[in-house]
Amino acid sequence: MPHPVPPLQFRMIEIEGISKHFGPFRAVDGISLSVARGEVLGFLGPNGAGKSTTMKMITGFLAPSAGRISVCGFDVAQQPLEAQKRIGYLPEGAPAYHDMTPAQFLSFIAEVRGIDGEARERQIANAVKRTELASVLEQPIETLSKGFKRRVGLAQAILHDPPVLIMDEPTDGLDPNQKHTVRQLIREMASAKAIIVSTHILEEVEAMCTRAVIIDKGHLVADGPVVGRDVQFTVTRGGTQEAITAEAGRLDAVFRSLTTDEAAS
Amino acid sequence: MRETMAIAKRELLGYFATPLAYVFIVIFLFTMGVFTFYIGNFYQNERAELTAFFGFHPWLYLFLIPAISMRLWAEERKAGTLELLLTLPIPLYAAVLGKFLAAWAFAGLALILTFPIWITVNYLGDPDNGVIFASYIGSFLMAGAFLAIGSCVSAMTSSQVIAFVVSVVVCFLFTVAGTPIVIDVVSTIFPLAIVNAISSFSFLTHFASITAGVIDLRDLIYFLSLIALFLFATAVLIDLRKAG
Ligand SMILES: Nc1ncnc2c1ncn2[C@@H]1O[C@H](COP(=O)(O)OP(=O)(O)OP(=O)(O)O)[C@@H](O)[C@H]1O
Ligand SMILES: [Mg+2]
Repeated sequence: MPHPVPPLQFRMIEIEGISKHFGPFRAVDGISLSVARGEVLGFLGPNGAGKSTTMKMITGFLAPSAGRISVCGFDVAQQPLEAQKRIGYLPEGAPAYHDMTPAQFLSFIAEVRGIDGEARERQIANAVKRTELASVLEQPIETLSKGFKRRVGLAQAILHDPPVLIMDEPTDGLDPNQKHTVRQLIREMASAKAIIVSTHILEEVEAMCTRAVIIDKGHLVADGPVVGRDVQFTVTRGGTQEAITAEAGRLDAVFRSLTTDEAAS
Repeated sequence: MRETMAIAKRELLGYFATPLAYVFIVIFLFTMGVFTFYIGNFYQNERAELTAFFGFHPWLYLFLIPAISMRLWAEERKAGTLELLLTLPIPLYAAVLGKFLAAWAFAGLALILTFPIWITVNYLGDPDNGVIFASYIGSFLMAGAFLAIGSCVSAMTSSQVIAFVVSVVVCFLFTVAGTPIVIDVVSTIFPLAIVNAISSFSFLTHFASITAGVIDLRDLIYFLSLIALFLFATAVLIDLRKAG
């Protein structure tokens, strides 16, 4: 293995052989991985690879057809509420109640999560500051621009300072400045949390991830740490493993070679 | 409990954040008025009672209540907020109950706003206010039963239109089961025990006995257990969706 297995007590997310079948279709097919505190794991993979489906299973929205998941030691199937208390989740497309303002929405999330009184105000203020939402707090969410909607979703996810953060395409639709800010935010939060982010922007891997996996057709095909600007993948194909280093700027070529039939060029 | 209240509060906020609540209340009061005064011949009857008014409730609820309940789950599913809601640390029963209670409180508010009719009838004559009060309670309970059915139907689809139509049909069956026409037809085919069983499932049978002026424990239990049953079914349907 090119990267050391994290010590057991720090494994915040543990996924053991999960699959998700929709009828005969296998959206996720036997994925295992664990994420430790301090790691920012990038989920890469083509459209329809199963990234979002995997995230939905970690957060307890979908039940796996097989396998098990635990978050901070709590089995997601057995003790979903305990797991969900410790997760901040930005679902794909950043859904939010459009008839509310960001201020009302965040206050609702805080209330549901049992954050009261002075702590509520402080934590909402903190999330608003980190996602730079102050200017739109009193505007109905349905009238916000796409980027601001995404930031409302982000604010909701980090509000309770969760030890585990799952974010499905957090920088999608953000302007370059906001992309930069969000990447920085994720890096800042990394040391105390286990974070999974999915992205189609491969440059984000070196900008914010400590590790990356490539998922293709429901399988985990590559996994490896980000070292400097390189990703040192261990590629699993047809039961054999090989080490492939994606050097800076060459990640897209490696991505293509692993997820299409084209050879790397 | 905290979660239930938080959900209910959010839902109510949602009703009043859009014109929906106001449009609904206006239409509710308007149709209640039209039915009572024109079709029910309130004045011509020259009787100080609200029997005609309450008599129309089941039939108006048939269309008005599904208009409230259709969005309960279908809208969340369509907008993707269901994913947000179900990944928050909320017990499923709290989400189901919170949404239902908000809808029921809203229906209750619309019902309370019909109070000018009650005042009018007291101004014109000397009605039995105990009967009227019991009828209001009965109407509120019946609205709850319609809503619980609507909640269950809404949990099955992401289309509000489908939720509306199916709810109307199901509520219609629950209502007509007790009408004289259905009872007559059924009693030509089935023995009395079955006829009684069918009509005892009807909103009309239980609502009629309450509007007669007595809140019988059996009628209370009927409506409350119907609500509980359909809310439970709602939770089961929402949970099934997890399996994909
Ligand atoms: N409820 C469902 N019923 C049937 N098929 C589904 C369902 N949800 C997802 N799928 C299928 O599962 C596959 C994986 O979808 P998923 O959303 O996980 O992909 P993804 O990796 O997130 O893709 P993208 O990069 O486009 O977001 C897709 O083929 C999708 O059509
Ligand atoms: Mg996706």
